[in-house]
Amino acid sequence: MSPEVLVECAHISCAYDSAFVVHDVHFTVRKGDFVGIVGPSGSGKTTLLKAVLGAIKPQSGHVTMKPGLRMGYVPQVESVDWNFPVTVLEVMVMTRSKVGRRPRITAEERTAALEVLDRLGLGGLQDRHIRELSGGQQQRVFVARALFHQPELLILDEPTSGVDIRTRHEVLHLLADLHDDGVSIVLTTHDLNGLAAHLPRMVCLNREMIADGAPIDVLTSEVLEKTYGAPMEVLLHEGMPVVLDHGGTDVAKRLGKLL
Amino acid sequence: MISALVGGVFTPFNYQFFTNGIIVATIAGGLCGLLGVFVVLRGMSYIGHGLSHAVFGGAAASAVMGINYFIGAGVWGIISGVLIGRIARKRLIGADAAIGVVTTASFALGLALLNRYGQAQKSIEAVLFGSVLGVKPIDILAVVLVTVLTVVLILAFYRALLFATFDPEVAEVSGVRVAWVEALLMAMLSLTILVTMRVIGTLLISAMLVIPASTARMLTNSFARMLWISPFIGAVTAGVGMYASYFLDTSASATIILTATLVFIAVYALAGIRGRSRIAHVHHV
Repeated sequence: MSPEVLVECAHISCAYDSAFVVHDVHFTVRKGDFVGIVGPSGSGKTTLLKAVLGAIKPQSGHVTMKPGLRMGYVPQVESVDWNFPVTVLEVMVMTRSKVGRRPRITAEERTAALEVLDRLGLGGLQDRHIRELSGGQQQRVFVARALFHQPELLILDEPTSGVDIRTRHEVLHLLADLHDDGVSIVLTTHDLNGLAAHLPRMVCLNREMIADGAPIDVLTSEVLEKTYGAPMEVLLHEGMPVVLDHGGTDVAKRLGKLL
Repeated sequence: MISALVGGVFTPFNYQFFTNGIIVATIAGGLCGLLGVFVVLRGMSYIGHGLSHAVFGGAAASAVMGINYFIGAGVWGIISGVLIGRIARKRLIGADAAIGVVTTASFALGLALLNRYGQAQKSIEAVLFGSVLGVKPIDILAVVLVTVLTVVLILAFYRALLFATFDPEVAEVSGVRVAWVEALLMAMLSLTILVTMRVIGTLLISAMLVIPASTARMLTNSFARMLWISPFIGAVTAGVGMYASYFLDTSASATIILTATLVFIAVYALAGIRGRSRIAHVHHV
């Protein structure tokens, strides 16, 4: 494996209850990558992320990781129990959960956690309950937790799902800053125009790998129709591909909103 | 008159069975309150309820077969607890139904065994509703040992337990062996039910796992503080309930639960919308 390769999923297939969710997918994450995985619901995006993380074993094929690779994982915010009685600082140090670690947060842990929180613009919020934060702050707390171990590879599941436009911009800028600092990033998203089209590399997945490359090459009507099973048009706007979903215009026509 | 009144206050303690009972009840209340934090925050109330029924089956079987209660019911309880934990963890469709079938079948088996071979009525009532008269020094020793073990394990695995309770998916990929942690929790829960069942009883034990922790949840937004407020409420309400049962001439376990419920209602009334909303969001499996 080349030293530049962080994770290599070699022709992996993953199944739940004998139904394949990911089939014969070859996916490589290299140092410096900033990859967005797109695809419809149930296309195997999260399963592929979990395979990259080593959380699930593929039925066939194999996943190889760079020895000693440090990874950080940010789950979907919708899966978080925001009512759980924990503060921002407690969420941060949770990742240091080796047996025998004392319940009390040490001065060293507190200092290290505050440094990361400050870096992510969350300074002063360490003792707040997680429910008391705004949507953008909540998302950043979980990114901060993933960054606590200085990961080389950051993996995010739907980081902009269910957030408003302003929060989406905040998250995008934060990820761009982290990428500039040398963190490699893999994320899943449903947001083609707002997120995936802005990334250097995107992967279209629908149980099988449909396309992998720069958005300008990958975002074509053919690839999108194959990925989503619905007709879509791609326009260029200031050199950026913009995806038009014809489903919406069809409905508007039916409702008499368009000429 | 004052001396008579003061003397009356201490009358119950003239009886060794009552002194034993109040010691066991207080420690058991604290222990249930401590583990109840995990039961409530993980939405395991139904599992706690089912597990107490499963342990009853083990208690009955060990009585009929002449095996020591703690060994027979303990092994049965731990196996049931770990199995229930696995079923719930896999989130299979109908996991709640599977848990319901397994635990109630165990309960029914226990009842049938006691009917057929045991000194049915007395034994059944003692295990279902608890019996302060049946508390022996070995019960005190057992509840103390399980309490010490539970406190030690919670301190040693505090962060792993917190992480696996709050965010099992990320805990798993961060190196916490979530399945192992959950099995440990279920084993602790089984042992707790085992050593407190003879005082509080199978039918009411799940209430002591839920009420103190739910009350504590309304009072604090901190997991660490819940871990001492909940056992405190559990111990005090169990001790006070046990003591009150002597004067009210009511069942000890019922009075303990009613005392805990009164505290819950008082806190609910005083906690305000913010406090109440904290338990409104607690999910259940």
